[in-house]
Amino acid sequence: MNVFEWGFVAAVLLAATPILYSSLAGALSSQVGVFNIALEGQMLWGAFAAVAGSFYTGSAWAGVLIAVVTTALFSVTLAVGSARWGADPIVIAIGTNLFALGITGFLMRVLFDVSGTFSPRGLQGLDKMSFLAEIPVLGPVFAGQTALVPLAFVFIVVIGLWLKLTPSGLRLRGVGEHPEAASSLGIKVASYQMWVTIAGGALCGIAGAQLSLGNVTVFTENMTAGRGWIAVAAVMLVMGRPLWLPVACLGFGAAEALGFRLQGIGAPQQLTDAAPYAITIAVLVGMRMWVTARNRRPSLSAQPVPLPSQPESTS
Amino acid sequence: MTTVPAVALVGISKRFGAIVANDGVDLVLSRGTVHAVMGENGAGKSTLMSILFGLVSPDSGNIFVDGKPTTFSGPLDAISSGLGMVHQHFRLFESMTVAENVVYGAEPRRNGLVNRKAAHDRVRELSARYGLDVDPGAVVGTLSVGTQQRVEIFKALHRDARILILDEPTAVLTPGEVTSLFAVIRRAADAGTTVVLVTHKINEVLSVSDEVTVLRDGRVTGRFQRADATSAKLVHAMTGREVTPVANSGSGSVGAAVLRVNNLTVVDHHTVRVTDVSVDVRAGEIVGIAGVSGNGQHELVEAILGTRRALSGTIELLGRDIGAASVRDRRALGLAVIPEDRRGEGSAVQLSTAENLTLGHHRTAPVGASRGLRRGWISLRAERARARDLIAEYDVRTSGEQLPVGSLSGGNAQKVVIARELSHNAPLLIAEQPTQGVDVGAIEAIHGRLLDYRATGGAILLVSHEITELLALADRILVMYAGRIFAEFSRSEATTARIGAAMAGAQAETDIPTEASRL
Repeated sequence: MNVFEWGFVAAVLLAATPILYSSLAGALSSQVGVFNIALEGQMLWGAFAAVAGSFYTGSAWAGVLIAVVTTALFSVTLAVGSARWGADPIVIAIGTNLFALGITGFLMRVLFDVSGTFSPRGLQGLDKMSFLAEIPVLGPVFAGQTALVPLAFVFIVVIGLWLKLTPSGLRLRGVGEHPEAASSLGIKVASYQMWVTIAGGALCGIAGAQLSLGNVTVFTENMTAGRGWIAVAAVMLVMGRPLWLPVACLGFGAAEALGFRLQGIGAPQQLTDAAPYAITIAVLVGMRMWVTARNRRPSLSAQPVPLPSQPESTS
Repeated sequence: MTTVPAVALVGISKRFGAIVANDGVDLVLSRGTVHAVMGENGAGKSTLMSILFGLVSPDSGNIFVDGKPTTFSGPLDAISSGLGMVHQHFRLFESMTVAENVVYGAEPRRNGLVNRKAAHDRVRELSARYGLDVDPGAVVGTLSVGTQQRVEIFKALHRDARILILDEPTAVLTPGEVTSLFAVIRRAADAGTTVVLVTHKINEVLSVSDEVTVLRDGRVTGRFQRADATSAKLVHAMTGREVTPVANSGSGSVGAAVLRVNNLTVVDHHTVRVTDVSVDVRAGEIVGIAGVSGNGQHELVEAILGTRRALSGTIELLGRDIGAASVRDRRALGLAVIPEDRRGEGSAVQLSTAENLTLGHHRTAPVGASRGLRRGWISLRAERARARDLIAEYDVRTSGEQLPVGSLSGGNAQKVVIARELSHNAPLLIAEQPTQGVDVGAIEAIHGRLLDYRATGGAILLVSHEITELLALADRILVMYAGRIFAEFSRSEATTARIGAAMAGAQAETDIPTEASRL
């Protein structure tokens, strides 16, 4: 394999990472029965907070930490509003998204006296893992990336296994599937929903930081540009199962990376920019059509309804 | 020596607004007995059980567990005092395994992880102890309703429940499953567990209970030991009067076929729900469809009504092929339906009784008009007058035709649906579970209406899970099993045991569990 193709893999990973983190937040929320569409706004806040944090402290990692903490706080409205006070999470999330767009633009003007783009001289971006450069395969794929890129996969695997194997993971899944059943067994449904939503905010903080300090070193107004919505689509595509997220997110990452490459050979930018979104719509509609068609048609393997009163086999 | 009762509820009262749900109720549960709590819908059983399980706190009265006064501030308090409840509507995680459901919230652990092996062993141990056959690794959503109920029972037993409350446990079971449930109840009681059986079915009370408490209008109206409980005494305590069951006398003339269904096949969700079903219903005839819920009866009804497309086969109403007709055309041709889901499909609960009675009659006189200037308008005066007439005729107990249907009791709401549908005077009536969730008195009234309808030449397709209802009303009974017509019985051939066996898919009569014949 030549370097150029490994470069493409790197580009896919770069594009996919913010979506991986934010869709992981969405998947966790969906596991506790909160449909979280505030990912876009939370990620945008995270991107701003990371740049601002890095600017004031002079350390990119401090910027990440500030993004994580403040985005978690940023998500408290959604968490407490929907889980504790029973407000509609969709409405709060829409408010969150609009507020994030407004407040980041406003703070940019007030704090930094710029509009549109904030990229001061000396702004610290996240370090790339250049120590990997000499290693084959890993080098071309990861040497130009931040540590947050491989960490996303660690997060997904750890959280996926946690949901499957631990008591708290089991309880968390139950909260989303049947809240009355969970609460009748003594589980505090609202606090699971609340803390998971706040943890999701922290993950969106990482997503935003990777976007503004990893992919580039700049904050621009509305720089998430719909990535949070693609994350929502990814969550729906995998039906909230974290371990499947990489498949969906890398697909979207590939669409974005492919767009950049097509630009390189002269395709109009407006068209290639639209590619990931067009692909998202096509995949969602296609999947729905496939499911509907499968339900309506009898297939060769179609079975009559299961025989209800036959005793279930014991293994 | 006097033994301390496992649980005593003393002088329990609870009101919700103007409604007195419980009024000075005493309930004493002796250890190791099966205690039935009986009553019609709205008699206060559910409230009393909610109080016992800590879901509702009483306005006054005391709860004693093992002789010690106790207050429950929530179900967790009740669970830690040794109570367990199996709700009528299961509270299970369908995507999870049996073992995960059983241990949820009280998981055995190893190194901070759920100890799967211990959880599976626990389910096997409970299986063996109570003679219930359940695979711990099976995904709950794929199990039959009867097996799901066992999982619910295991959930309570896993938490060492000494007092097990079963709320209407047999409503969803086949006769065979009922028999095995009762065997489990007996075994649990003999092992020292106190079982509370909430039910309105008299035969269950007589066959499995040691003691009975009967409620009516929030008060205790009868306490019986098994030895001196009889069907007549229980009915009297429940209703406060004698109820004479109505039944199809078998007489009457049968006319031409009103409905002909030929080789109908219906598919949904990748599954063949109805396979090659043929049914004829003739004028003056009630054809019963028996079967455990989920064996294709509902999809058959939907295909006839037109809310679901059939894959193949023909449907003829009064000699006309209606397979491609809209629901409105089918109804206009002569079809009335009492749907299974009274609140979702049968009525609009937020609309008034009068408005509900108008639905489907809004294009015809006297309420609406099909032509002329009044077309598209509703006469509110005619609506009210018609509603008052029907309320009187069908004996709907309501304080006004303008009250929402949702405020009526189940039986009265069902009478509204039946009044609306029967007043179409359609040649064919499809009645799906017409007495589900309806109290004893209203059941008899509804059965009487259906028989009157038949006597005037109406054809009825009656879908029911209640064998007694089918035996009382139907001229012929078809049993649906796994989407097919599995057996057909004439009135004279039909017995509870035969129908029950066919409902369970038993091919020959030798497969019938002998206990089933007692039910």
